[in-house]
Amino acid sequence: MTAQTHRPDFLSGDEYSIPTYAVLSQDGTLHDGAEGPDLERDKALRIYHAMVATRVLDERMMAAQRQGRLSFYMQCTGEEAAVIGSAAALDDADMIMAQYREQGALAYRGFSFDEFMNQLFGNELDYGKGRQMPIHYGSRKLHYMTISSPLATQIPQATGYAYGQKLAGEGLCTIVYFGEGAASEGDFHAALNMAAVHEAPVIFFCRNNGYAISTPSVEQFAADGVAPRALGYRMHVIRVDGNDVLAVYRATEKARRLAVEENKPVLIEAMTYRLAAHSSSDDPSGYRSRKEEDAWRAKDPIRRMQLWLEAQGWWSEDEEKALQDELRREVLGTMKRAEKRPPPAIDTMVTDVYADVTPALQHQLDALKQHVRRYPEAYPRGARSLDPALSHRDADQGGD
Amino acid sequence: MPTINMLQAINQALDIAMAEDDKVLCFGEDVGGFGGVFRATSHLQEKYGKARCFNTPLVEQGIIGFANGLAAQGSVPVAEIQFADYIFPAFDQIVNETAKFRYRSGDLFNVGGLTIRAPYGGGISGGLYHSQSPEAYFAHTPGLKIVVPRNPYEAKGLLLAAIRDPDPVLFFEPKRLYRASTGEVPEEDYQLPLGEAEVTKEGADITLLGWGAQMEVIDRAVEMAEKDGVSCEVIDLRSILPWDEDTVVESVLKTGRLVITHEAPRTGGFAGEIAAAIQERCFLYLESPIQRVTGIDTPFPLTLEKEYLPDHLKIYEAIKTSLHY
Repeated sequence: MTAQTHRPDFLSGDEYSIPTYAVLSQDGTLHDGAEGPDLERDKALRIYHAMVATRVLDERMMAAQRQGRLSFYMQCTGEEAAVIGSAAALDDADMIMAQYREQGALAYRGFSFDEFMNQLFGNELDYGKGRQMPIHYGSRKLHYMTISSPLATQIPQATGYAYGQKLAGEGLCTIVYFGEGAASEGDFHAALNMAAVHEAPVIFFCRNNGYAISTPSVEQFAADGVAPRALGYRMHVIRVDGNDVLAVYRATEKARRLAVEENKPVLIEAMTYRLAAHSSSDDPSGYRSRKEEDAWRAKDPIRRMQLWLEAQGWWSEDEEKALQDELRREVLGTMKRAEKRPPPAIDTMVTDVYADVTPALQHQLDALKQHVRRYPEAYPRGARSLDPALSHRDADQGGD
Repeated sequence: MPTINMLQAINQALDIAMAEDDKVLCFGEDVGGFGGVFRATSHLQEKYGKARCFNTPLVEQGIIGFANGLAAQGSVPVAEIQFADYIFPAFDQIVNETAKFRYRSGDLFNVGGLTIRAPYGGGISGGLYHSQSPEAYFAHTPGLKIVVPRNPYEAKGLLLAAIRDPDPVLFFEPKRLYRASTGEVPEEDYQLPLGEAEVTKEGADITLLGWGAQMEVIDRAVEMAEKDGVSCEVIDLRSILPWDEDTVVESVLKTGRLVITHEAPRTGGFAGEIAAAIQERCFLYLESPIQRVTGIDTPFPLTLEKEYLPDHLKIYEAIKTSLHY
């Protein structure tokens, strides 16, 4: 039983504020007395490489979307340290469940530009068979759960996945990423409460980047961010500077130990800023100032890490330039390859709805194919997979 | 063969599935030590431990979200929603996540191991929120399978098939029959096929089609009609999704008449789908309009429950209307 009081005193959240764990300053030096991680050179460079690759990919693909070559795009820009620093602190076999702005984690695990592009263009090599919108990546071999658009649905799924990992006894955990906007969904509450009650080895990683599309966080919650909510679930929690790769890495490393060794779920709130637009369908100039953006651009997480690497003697301006050039060239080359590849065959429209195609679905597919054969000009993608001759004719006419 | 009731049959199925495969887990509200508010999960925690049979917090979207994650990980969750009326908070997880998991990932991931059990249906003075039959909401969702058993033998065989099926299955249990329906059930392991209807009685003049608790109501109406000299063919659809069109077509091509009945409201009910499909394929053979005997388009009322339900007398009248058209 809890302690009794005989006075009608209310408590409020006002007196309580969770501090932000920070290690690295913008000039690449450590804060006084800051406790950073043991990060070896090779690992630090792997993290940095993934951060730069993600930035280059994002900038090029957003441009491709503006040119009409892609239907949709979303950037990770400004949040690379939060996403990649945390993924790097995990075992590569831990499950990652992402929202959609975590392509950096996938890049860190070794997803190639070809694999990114195949999904973005929905071509025949896309693991998802061209069914989902761009940026909805998934990789079984890299333990990266396929992304879905409905916000926060992956959070209770991560709790369940982690519970299964605990029963399997493999010493693995699940990290689940979400924005501060998604944390307002009911699924967030369900997930944290169930994780605490069932002691699931799961790390809840909130990217608090200040905005959910146009909604600033002051219109998202009245409290001191997302972190204090963990206390109500009796869960371990830490807030970190999300633009500080060393702080994110160290915090996640410790969180993983709590999750895997003690079956204690953890909430990490990474304070960062969504430097880019929400998506290719959004223009942030309608709801926030240039000045605010510039202030955050000065806190660029990639630049911060670059300066730190240079201070370690692990990186130089020449190497920086060579890496940027190489990545740009590679992105362009793979994009040209991926956009030329044909779409998935029309038959893939009915596979994987169920483990086996049902008779009713087969019947509907047969009718559809007959229809497409009758009007091939109206359905060029479907017709191409039905009749190779049509594909050649397209190529002759210089079609895509 | 021992005679048992439907709850005992369901409990046996869960017991067999858990004994056979360590990956099978049962959970939901009050499912653990108490064994469920209807006692379907009795003794499972005792036998298989708290890690595999447990209570969850009271949060349906959490139960199904958690179950989706477990199934994606390779476990075989059997999640219970206490009443089908309370499945709606989990509608998003079921419709947007469960149903689309395999498709959207190109088969990289799936939640095929998942089974969701939920008691459904009226006739127990349950009012608005302990009586609903929500199958039609889910029947509009590709990727789900929906199964409804009519008696203990069917419940055990279909539930075992659902748990082992490679696709996620919604398993709606007619709670009015939980204890009321008894019958001989083999103690051993057996399965009944999903996606297949069963002709439970052959006849020549008219086809009667239903599922779950409506099957015994149909039987009472058929008894009355047969006294009038009408030969009735009776079909238990068993699976709402995917449903066995061919068996129904074959029957209607023979009888030329069809009465479909379900407890759920008429508009948007699954009888509408069946009627449309059958008129497409049996147009020249139909001798009268397809009759639908269903709940009326209201919330499920308490005091007037008897009047609301599509009982045997309403079905009997539909048979006569069809025959005298």
